[in-house]
Amino acid sequence: MILRLALDALMRNRVRSLLTMLGVIIGVAAVIVTVAIGAGAASSISSQINSLGSNMVIVLPGSVTQGGVRTGFGGSSTLTPGDGMAIAQLPHVAAVSPVVGTRAQAVAANNNWQTVIAGVAPTYTFIRDWPVAAGTFFSQSDTTSAAKVCVLGQTVVTNLFPDGSSPLGKTVSIHGVPFTVVGTLSARGQSGLGQDQDDTIVIPYTSVMQRITGQTTYVNMLMVSATSAGDIPSVQNAIEALLEQRHRIVPPNQDDFSVRNLADIASAAASTSSVMELLLASVAAVSLVVGGIGIMNIMLVSVTERTREIGLRRAVGARAAMILRQFLTESVVLSTLGGIFGVIAGFAGTALVSQIAKWPTMVPAQWVVIAVLFSAAVGVFFGYYPAKKASRLNPIDALRFE
Amino acid sequence: MSAIVDVRDLRKYYGTGSSHTVALDGVTLVIERGEFVAVTGPSGSGKSTFMHIVGLLDEPSSGTYFFEGTDVSNLNDDERSDIRSRRLGFVFQSYNLLARTTAEENVELPMLYAGVNERDRRRIAMEKLSSVGIADVATHMPNQLSGGQQQRVAIARSLANDPALILADEPTGALDTKSSADIMQLFTQLNEEHGITILLVTHEPSVAAFAKRIIAFRDGRVVSDGAKVAGVT
Repeated sequence: MILRLALDALMRNRVRSLLTMLGVIIGVAAVIVTVAIGAGAASSISSQINSLGSNMVIVLPGSVTQGGVRTGFGGSSTLTPGDGMAIAQLPHVAAVSPVVGTRAQAVAANNNWQTVIAGVAPTYTFIRDWPVAAGTFFSQSDTTSAAKVCVLGQTVVTNLFPDGSSPLGKTVSIHGVPFTVVGTLSARGQSGLGQDQDDTIVIPYTSVMQRITGQTTYVNMLMVSATSAGDIPSVQNAIEALLEQRHRIVPPNQDDFSVRNLADIASAAASTSSVMELLLASVAAVSLVVGGIGIMNIMLVSVTERTREIGLRRAVGARAAMILRQFLTESVVLSTLGGIFGVIAGFAGTALVSQIAKWPTMVPAQWVVIAVLFSAAVGVFFGYYPAKKASRLNPIDALRFE
Repeated sequence: MSAIVDVRDLRKYYGTGSSHTVALDGVTLVIERGEFVAVTGPSGSGKSTFMHIVGLLDEPSSGTYFFEGTDVSNLNDDERSDIRSRRLGFVFQSYNLLARTTAEENVELPMLYAGVNERDRRRIAMEKLSSVGIADVATHMPNQLSGGQQQRVAIARSLANDPALILADEPTGALDTKSSADIMQLFTQLNEEHGITILLVTHEPSVAAFAKRIIAFRDGRVVSDGAKVAGVT
């Protein structure tokens, strides 16, 4: 009955009801859109990180302490190609590739370009699930012989061969050493962290060590591929045990290496973006509260304007509590409907954002529920005071009100 | 059978201490079932205060009030609301119809608060509109009705829950002479043909003349109370 009374009253003033809802509609739509952008970014980051490789485990040199100063991970040189070969013998390990990176100037005919030189093993194309676009990847014998062969990323291809000619068989000089192009990698685009993954030249790690850097003992990292996702934890443990043994590490000494899987990295990135999401959501929540204040404002005006109506309702037998409930219901209906319309507007806005800005978006279901419940709560909170005021009116004064 | 209204030494003060004003100064009277009573008097005579107390919109400062044999002098707000809902009907000078709400829905309003189901509300509302002679405008909004028609809707509304007593506060105050006479004819008809008890408050002798008993107030007291005397207009 009370709902019927409230709906009747709201329907009598359709335009005002809609305008009152507007604040909540905009607030909720803002919540939905920001959350959708945040969640979309988070899911695309984690999917991009997962696309870095299949079932990948990364072994990095560990932190070392020198005179009280701790270097970060990768700050020391402790991993050798021999470690990689030992890891390859472990069960459930599908492939291992050492990685040695450096930056160098690459020159082809009249063009030159500074790029990332990645020294890897032939297993790299499998571990990173990164096939060649043309030609072939270099072979195991190229690695053994530190052959002067290279595979170009697409960005390097466009910069060194701007005329569009095929680079296969051409010579690219890296750091002054001539390398023969045997293949080009397929385009991969940006990584989740914004790096251009195609801006690279891949050569045998032995060639980097012997012909470019001259540092022939240590590698920067070992990339390991487990046979399946379920094997990742056991492979991680096995690598740790193996390397502790090889590096002769006994407690209390800390490991001089670090084994990570991409799931960890993905969840770290996702937690960064969920902080962002929370920030955006709280900004949106503020606008919802502002919408609630708008409702309170209009409800107060409405109570004053309808003073005679309230007096009449009291005269024909409405209890004070019924008046309170009617006005409270009106504001809750307004805010909840505003919340529902806001969700719809939010979905439309989200679709628009992904259409126009080409951003990945995703509306998490729980946020739809939260937004609607929160707007209902806004209605209760901001509707209570005007409703209380209405119920406290003296019927005689209310009937006399001009 | 008990009287509908039985008040004894009813007093009402506004304000406190020495600066208080006396609105009612010891009113004692009885209104029986089926009566048509007009309460008259100049403004400030206490007639409106009397009507508000009888209508359970206000409480007396002292004295007792028996409504249909029950002492209602000290009821709480909810109890008074419930009696207003079931046993009292109000008609106001300014009609007080809900805007943008049809005549029929306006008549339904008291039944909504009394918990009557929708089907019965419809039926009873149409009956009451017929009994005041405006069933043909049931779907009209108040702003599509003349003053006289609006007041008829208000009268139909006051009849909705078959109250023991109708309280009419200057019901013709906003109407022209012709419409006033029509409305008073309607009250007379409701009283004579349906036995409805009516308490009418007015300062106009010509309107009071329609009633069968006229109670005159002055300075918070009853100064005359009696059956209509021929020649008093």
